[in-house]
Amino acid sequence: MALLTWLKRHLVVLAGLLTLGYLLLPNVIVTVFSFNQPKGRFNYEWQHFSADAWKDPCGVADLCGSLALSLQIAFWATLGATVLGTMIAFALVRYRFRARGAISSLLFLPMAMPEVVMAASLLTLFLNMGARLGFWTVLIAHIMFCLSFVVTAVKARVMSMDPRLEQAAQDLYAGPFQTFLRVTLPIAAPGIAAGALLAFALSFDDFIITNFNAGSAVTFPMFVWGSAQRGTPVQINVIGTAMFVVAVLLVLASMALGRRRTRRKA
Amino acid sequence: MTTTLTEAPPPLSPTAPERTPPRRRGRLTPYWLLLPGILWLVLFFLLPMVYQASTSVQTGSLEQGYEVTWHFATYWDALSAYAPQFLRSVVYAAAATVLCLLLGYPLAYLIAFRAGRWRNLIMVLVIAPFFTSFLIRTLAWKTILADGGPLVGALNTLHVLDVTGWLGWTAGDRVLATPLAVVCGLTYNFLPFMVLPLYTSLERIDPRLHEASGDLYARPSTTFRKVTFPLSMPGVVSGTLLTFIPATGDYVNADLLGSTDTRMVGNVIQTQFLRVLDYPTAAALSFILMAAILLMVTVYIRRSGTEDLV
Amino acid sequence: MNTTHTAPAVRQTGGDVRLSGISKTYGSFTAVHPLDLTVPRGSFFALLGASGCGKTTTLRMIAGLEEPTTGTVSLGDQDVTRLPPYKRPVNTVFQSYALFPHLDIFENVAFGLRRRGIKGVKKQVEEMLDLVQLGEQARKKPHQLSGGQQQRVAVARALINHPRVLLLDEPLGALDLKLRRQMQLELKRIQTEVGITFVHVTHDQEEAMTMADTVAVMNGGRVEQLGAPADLYENPRTTFVANFLGTSNFIEAEVGSHRGDDLLLDACGDRLVLPRARCGAPAAVGTKVLAGVRPEKISLAHADDAGAVPGDRNRLTGTIAEASFTGVATQYVLDSPACPRFSVYVQNVDRDTRLVPGAEVVAHWSPAHTFGLDAAQDAGAGAEETA
Repeated sequence: MALLTWLKRHLVVLAGLLTLGYLLLPNVIVTVFSFNQPKGRFNYEWQHFSADAWKDPCGVADLCGSLALSLQIAFWATLGATVLGTMIAFALVRYRFRARGAISSLLFLPMAMPEVVMAASLLTLFLNMGARLGFWTVLIAHIMFCLSFVVTAVKARVMSMDPRLEQAAQDLYAGPFQTFLRVTLPIAAPGIAAGALLAFALSFDDFIITNFNAGSAVTFPMFVWGSAQRGTPVQINVIGTAMFVVAVLLVLASMALGRRRTRRKA
Repeated sequence: MTTTLTEAPPPLSPTAPERTPPRRRGRLTPYWLLLPGILWLVLFFLLPMVYQASTSVQTGSLEQGYEVTWHFATYWDALSAYAPQFLRSVVYAAAATVLCLLLGYPLAYLIAFRAGRWRNLIMVLVIAPFFTSFLIRTLAWKTILADGGPLVGALNTLHVLDVTGWLGWTAGDRVLATPLAVVCGLTYNFLPFMVLPLYTSLERIDPRLHEASGDLYARPSTTFRKVTFPLSMPGVVSGTLLTFIPATGDYVNADLLGSTDTRMVGNVIQTQFLRVLDYPTAAALSFILMAAILLMVTVYIRRSGTEDLV
Repeated sequence: MNTTHTAPAVRQTGGDVRLSGISKTYGSFTAVHPLDLTVPRGSFFALLGASGCGKTTTLRMIAGLEEPTTGTVSLGDQDVTRLPPYKRPVNTVFQSYALFPHLDIFENVAFGLRRRGIKGVKKQVEEMLDLVQLGEQARKKPHQLSGGQQQRVAVARALINHPRVLLLDEPLGALDLKLRRQMQLELKRIQTEVGITFVHVTHDQEEAMTMADTVAVMNGGRVEQLGAPADLYENPRTTFVANFLGTSNFIEAEVGSHRGDDLLLDACGDRLVLPRARCGAPAAVGTKVLAGVRPEKISLAHADDAGAVPGDRNRLTGTIAEASFTGVATQYVLDSPACPRFSVYVQNVDRDTRLVPGAEVVAHWSPAHTFGLDAAQDAGAGAEETA
């Protein structure tokens, strides 16, 4: 009876933790199988423990090249989308202008569109234009689909900002440019950072749109896709695990740092 | 009220002095801010749609080139040839969306109300998998659902596979290469997109509302039905949209975890475009998918009464 | 105080804030009707009114944050109407302070000096923080301070620039009552010490009267009356001012006859005397006027003792409808034919136990405490808006 009551009270917690397990299970598998020594070309069945792949993560042809290309594209796409998106977000929050509704819809549509539709239509454009598919076409596409997400993130932050802060800056002898540099930008920074992080993640992990528009260029997701047909090297698990661990450590470190800073100042 | 939000009012008073040069250098500023980004979207989002629309009514061949002939029959041919794939896309995506909601709600609720000091850690664990490429993680499901693996073995022993097999979700003692595997993969891939908006809207709910509801004689289940769930509707709406839309167009899960019998419309578009090179058919399929999704989304948003999503 | 840092663009001459014919309209809504106002140099000036009366808009036009639709703003003899806020030698203490959340207290206070390119800000900032007793908190972020401390930072951040005029927009609105009283005295002390002109916007009549040398009462985008606090209180010229500043009783009456410097009024059978000089309305025989009197000026006698009331007092008979004991005083509401809800505050010196609800009483006061207003206005204007 007591067990039943306990179960009833903690049902939500149990269900939530089960879902969390479902979300994390593949990462566990990826990590475990990064220490596998597979028989044959595919790394789907457990054979022997081996740290060989960790000792030589670039040991597979083209793997690290594709990783470098993905990082490069993600960097520039993040930069482009963040700059353009931040400008749009400021315009939307701070100014009243014509065609506001149309612009909001235009920003919403890329988020409400299956990737394959955007991928196919962009390819149609590039083919019609006679553009050479590769780094630049992928970059153009990534900036396009990251833009709306950046706008959403920055807009939320700018909207919650007290307009009196900027008025106070103006009152204290800061001209429009100084006001933007010293007050508006620092306060909007967390929103801009969130947008940039989102853009980086979206761009780095994009497969569908990239696959349509990359031509002969091979990004990391495309390399993984190709290996799923030809044979999966253990090294992709190594890279997947390493990125997961680095991400978790970075977030935990920044959280600990933030906590220590508030404690020290209080 | 800031000056930028109000149009310059004409001087009404007859005593108005003649010199009123408005100090409004900022009139054009919003347009300069918008120009580059919006131009980008027009050139690389809207214009491609126009090209695609035009391609879908062209006829011709790769060798001789294409010409706009207003050949609308392509649409009809594409629809009749690929109706099963269209249907499958909608059914799989809907199933995955419902599963995401059922699985994601408890997790979002846990983070919002019950996690206490573990809240940040759980948030990190929800987001962190993103940093391992989703393709690698989807491939991991091949291992988890492998034939003769521990999971499939357990399901077999418990006779779950008999039931799912009878329903047509699985075939024989396999899970891989069946609809169940594809839906499972879709659910897995889009679950964070359900959990995060749900969490955002749950987190805004004042926990005192739960106490107030309990104080007013509502049992916990009634409180959930009458207070918590209605207040989390914005999260439910954006979560279902963020799950359903990409799931409909997805072809990665159907390709990696499914078989030729689980092909979705995304697979068809991809094959037509990149392998068969039948551009008009691919464009028509893509256009139908877009129109169908926009229609469903509009109806859904109207129905659920949440208009502001961006 | 060191006043060598005159803000750019203005010479140190004259010394008033002068508003000539300024008005502000938003579309078809007029927030401020054309207004002339002069604030003497070094004075503590309050703009008092309910929310939406145009007081904040007026303040923002002085700051340059709002552009007047018509008219000009002058500081001394310089017209600053077209100057943007960052070129005006005027600083503002904002409502809810608007402290920069990403900068610590020191940097918040140093902000204005740094923007004007002044070197060696450290000493000045430290002095200013000492003036507002926050020297210890220099490296904290605004959110780590209490409301009262944040308020002092906001004042320090504005004052360090030695503005020609310091504008305060409801600076104490976010504080609780006790702290507000304390800060009122504190601000008054700082103003006396630095000698800068303060223009203070508030909806709290007590705050305005405690702090300001001159109060302008605003209503509906216009200044209803301007003067020293005591003058406004004793001689209100409109029912709005009479009700917004404290409480007033109004008796509808008709001018019966003139007697020397007095008017004799008929009010439902009672005869009231009103000094002609205290009547702000046309006083021809037969015109209607509102005779006003403050509740604390009135004495109360039981009907049995009516004979003991001196003959030269204005008197009103009625019954006690309500009596509430507040400690220092007892507040009575009388029901009288001339005025249905007539308030009387009686100090608790010797309490007359017969004065309970239902008792017949005579209320009496000196004719010199009576004031006359135009009967054309609403006797209740401003009453329910008092904070």
